[in-house]
Amino acid sequence: MTVGVVILVHTALDRAEQVIRHWVAGGCPVVVHVDKGVGDRTYQAFVGNLTDLENVRFSTRHRCEWGMWGLVAATQDASEMMLRAFPKVRHVYLASGSCLPLRPVKELRRYLDSRPRTDFIESATTSEVPWTVGGLDRERFTLRFPFSWRKRRFLFDAYVNFQRRIRFKRRIPDGIVPHMGSQWWCLTRQTLSAILQDPARKTYDAYFRRVWIPDESYFQTLVRLYSPNIESRSLTLSKFDFQGKPHIFYDDHLQLLRRSDCFVARKIWPHANRLYQTFLNDEVSPMKGTEPNPGKIDRIFSKAVDRRTRGRPGLYMQSRFPNRYRENGITSSPYSVFQGFSELFENYEPWLAKASGARVHGHLFDPNRVMFDGGQTHFQGALSDSASLRDYNPQMFLTNLIWNTRGERQGFQFGPMDTQPIRDVIARDHNATLAIISGAWAVTLFRSNRDFADLRQEAARLQIIENEHLNLLRSPDTKARVRIWTMADFIESPMEVLQMVVDEMSGKSGPHLTEAPRMHDLQGFGQFLQNLKNQGMHPYLMGDFPVDRNASFKAPTKRKPYLVR
Amino acid sequence: MRKRRELTPVQDRTNQIRPGDVLLFCTFRNEEVRLHYFLQYYRNLGVNHFLFVDNDSSDGGREFAASQPDVSIWTTAASYKDARFGVDWLTWLQRRYGDKHWCLTVDPDEFFVYPFCDTRSVRALTDWLDSSNIRSFGAVMLDMYPKGPINDTPYERNTDPMDIAAWFDAGNYTISRNPRYRNLWIQGGPRARVFFPNQPKKAPALNKIPLVKWDKRFAYVSSTHMLLPRGLNLVYDDMGGEKASGALLHTKFLNTFAVKAQEELARGEHYAESDEYKAYVEGIKDNPDLWCKWSEKYINWRQLEILGIMSKGNWA
Repeated sequence: MTVGVVILVHTALDRAEQVIRHWVAGGCPVVVHVDKGVGDRTYQAFVGNLTDLENVRFSTRHRCEWGMWGLVAATQDASEMMLRAFPKVRHVYLASGSCLPLRPVKELRRYLDSRPRTDFIESATTSEVPWTVGGLDRERFTLRFPFSWRKRRFLFDAYVNFQRRIRFKRRIPDGIVPHMGSQWWCLTRQTLSAILQDPARKTYDAYFRRVWIPDESYFQTLVRLYSPNIESRSLTLSKFDFQGKPHIFYDDHLQLLRRSDCFVARKIWPHANRLYQTFLNDEVSPMKGTEPNPGKIDRIFSKAVDRRTRGRPGLYMQSRFPNRYRENGITSSPYSVFQGFSELFENYEPWLAKASGARVHGHLFDPNRVMFDGGQTHFQGALSDSASLRDYNPQMFLTNLIWNTRGERQGFQFGPMDTQPIRDVIARDHNATLAIISGAWAVTLFRSNRDFADLRQEAARLQIIENEHLNLLRSPDTKARVRIWTMADFIESPMEVLQMVVDEMSGKSGPHLTEAPRMHDLQGFGQFLQNLKNQGMHPYLMGDFPVDRNASFKAPTKRKPYLVR
Repeated sequence: MRKRRELTPVQDRTNQIRPGDVLLFCTFRNEEVRLHYFLQYYRNLGVNHFLFVDNDSSDGGREFAASQPDVSIWTTAASYKDARFGVDWLTWLQRRYGDKHWCLTVDPDEFFVYPFCDTRSVRALTDWLDSSNIRSFGAVMLDMYPKGPINDTPYERNTDPMDIAAWFDAGNYTISRNPRYRNLWIQGGPRARVFFPNQPKKAPALNKIPLVKWDKRFAYVSSTHMLLPRGLNLVYDDMGGEKASGALLHTKFLNTFAVKAQEELARGEHYAESDEYKAYVEGIKDNPDLWCKWSEKYINWRQLEILGIMSKGNWA
C-alpha cells in the first residue's frame, strides 16, 4: 500500500517539478493539477519535462482563485483520477507546488501504514476556531459569495452588507454541520471515495460553490459524514499570519524545520536553495522524532503576528506611530515622578538611588538644562541635555528615555518651576507613579537669598502652577498612580512615606530603611509663610504651619518600627 | 519632464533589465572613492541593475561606473538644486525604466538594511511585500559616525565605511506627522544633537521610503522622504502595531565630509538654501567628534530591531 500525492501547482513550476520527482522517487504516484492561469506553452513544457515519469498524471485544469470554488473542483478531479489510476493508493495526500517534504518519503509511508484507517484533516466547527479573516465565520455558510474577495473587494463587501441588511440566510443542506480547517489534508481511499461518490454530491457541490473559501470547508465538513477515525490536524506544517496569508519559509529557517519533525511544510520561498537542496536529498534523514512537533515554529510566527498587531508598547518609531489612545501604553515601563522631595531634603537623589537601586535623575524638565543623573551631558540612547531639543517634543523625550532604559527603573524630580507641558502626558500614563509633597517648592524660596517682593511674586506663580497640576491629577482621566501629601502632613511622618517610595522603586518590600535623607533646617519657615500672608499672598498648598512649630522641623530621628502580633 | 533633456546617456545597458528585476537608482557627484564598495554591497543584496545619474563628476567616478557590467549611467552638468536635488532626473528614469519593478533609490553614502538582510536577498523581501500587497517600504536614515574627530581616519576605496563610521545614536529621535503628505517626519540623531541643539526644528529629516514597487504615476516629492500618491507614505501603523521597516546606514560623516561640505556651500546647491551645510561648516571647523559616551556601536540588523529603530513587523 502506498500514499498518492495530489499537487496543486500555479507558480514556480521548476520547484514543483523537483518536488514531484522526489515524491515519485519515494514510491508515491502523483496527480498534478496546473492552474488554468498558467500559459499553455509553459504548461506543455512542464508536462514535457515530466514525461519520463510513469506514475505522474495531469488532471483537468481549473482556474483556481483564492477563496473560490475552483480549488475544490481541481482537488475533486485530481483525487478521482488518483483513485482510479492508482488502485494501490490507500492514503491521498493533498499538497501544493510550494510544499516541501521535510522527512524522507518512506517515513511518511511507514507512518501512514501504521495508521491505515486514520484521516488527517483539520476539522472544527465555526464556533470553535478563532482564526477567521474578515470577521466572517458562521456567515461563510449562510451568505452567498459570488464575487472575488481579492479582485472585486468592493462588490464583495457591498453584497455581504446587502445580504445582512435584508437578513438573507442560505439553508444549509440537511445532514451536514459546517466545519472548517486547513486546506491541506491526507484522507484514506475509503473516506475520500465516499465523499466523491456520495449520491447527494450534486446538492453539496451546489451549496459549497457559493460558500466563501470552500477549500477550507468542503472536505472538512463532508469528512464528518463518513470517516470512522478523524485525526483533526494537518500533516502539513502551514502557518497563517493575521491577514490569512501563509507564512513563508526561507533558508534561515533550516534548523527550525529540521527540528520540527513535520512531514511537509508550506510555503517555501521558491529561491530558498538551501532548503530544497537539504530536504530533497533522501540520503540524509535529518529528523529523529516520530510525531510532528512544530511548537517552536508556532511560537515564532505567533510572535510575528503579535508584533504586527500589537507592537512593542512605549515604542515610537518609523513604522509604529500609534494614534492617541491607541498606544497600548504611552511608555514602555513603570517610572516614578517626585515633586517636592528634593526641595525638602538635602540629598534626596543620591539617597534614593542608594536605597532603591534605581536610576534617579534631577529635574529632567528644568527650563535651562536636562538634569540627568550625575549631571551628565548625555544619557542612554544619546539623549542630549539640551533643553530646546527636549522641549521640541517633550513627550518623545520622555518616551525615549523610558524606552532606552528598559530594565532599569527610572525616577526623576518635577515641580512647578519646570517646563510644564509634559504633565498632561504623565497624568494619562498608567506607567507613571507620582509622589507629591504639595507646597514644598516654598522651601527653595525660603532658603534663597532674594528680595521679598520677588519671592512673593514667584511664590504666587508657583502656587498657581502646582494647583493646576493637582487639579489635573484629580481629574477622572488620570491614569497615573498619584499620591499627594501637603508638606505639613508629610513632615508629621516622613519615614512611612519614604519607605513606601523606596519599596515602589525597588519593586519589592525590602528591609526597613536604616538611613534617612537629611531634611533642610526649617527653622523660621512658619514665619516665612506668615510673612507671605502678611504681604497679601496666601500660601495654602503646604497645609497648616503654625508660626511657632519650629522645634519639630529638625531632621527626623528614625522611629523604631513596631509590630502588632 | 523637460528635465530629461538635461540627461545624456553615457552607457545604456537597460536592455539587460528583466521583468521582476530589482533596480537601484542613484545620483552622485565626485564619489568615485565610495562607488566601489557601494556596488559590491548592493550586488550582494541582490540588486540586479544600477541606474546612475552623474552630476558632472571630475574624479573618474563616471568612467568607473560606466565600465561596470550591470550599470546604466547618464550624465548632466545642470543644476542639482534646479532638478529638485536630483529628484527630477531620477523620476524620469524611474518612469521610463522602473515601471512594475521594485526600485531602490539611495545616495552613494546610504546602505540599506532590512530584516534578515544577512540571510535573505532583497528579492525575498520584495516577494514578501508583493504577497502582502505592500507597495512601499520605509527605512529611517541612521547617521553613522566614527569615534574621535571625523577627519582622523581617512576612508579608502573598496573598504566598508561602517568599519570607520561604526557608531550611531540609538534613542534620541522625535517624530511628528506631516498632515499634508501623511508621512512621518523624523528628526534627531547626532546631527540634531551636535549641529542643531538650539534650533531643533531645522534639523534634517531622517524619514525615508527608499524601496517602492514603481508605477509610472508615482513620484518622489522631496528627496526620498515622501512620495505621491500619498498612500505610499503610510509605511507606519497607527493602531499600535508595527509594520516591517528597515534602515539606511548613512555614512556621510567620514573624512570626505569636510571637503564636501565646503564645496556644497560654495555651490549653494543643497537643501534649504544650504542652511544645513552652513551649520555643518560651522560645526566641523574644529574637526568635531560626534561620538559620546552613550553612542551605540553597530553590529547588525537584529541590534537595530531590538533597539526599536526598525521592525520585522509580521515577517518571520
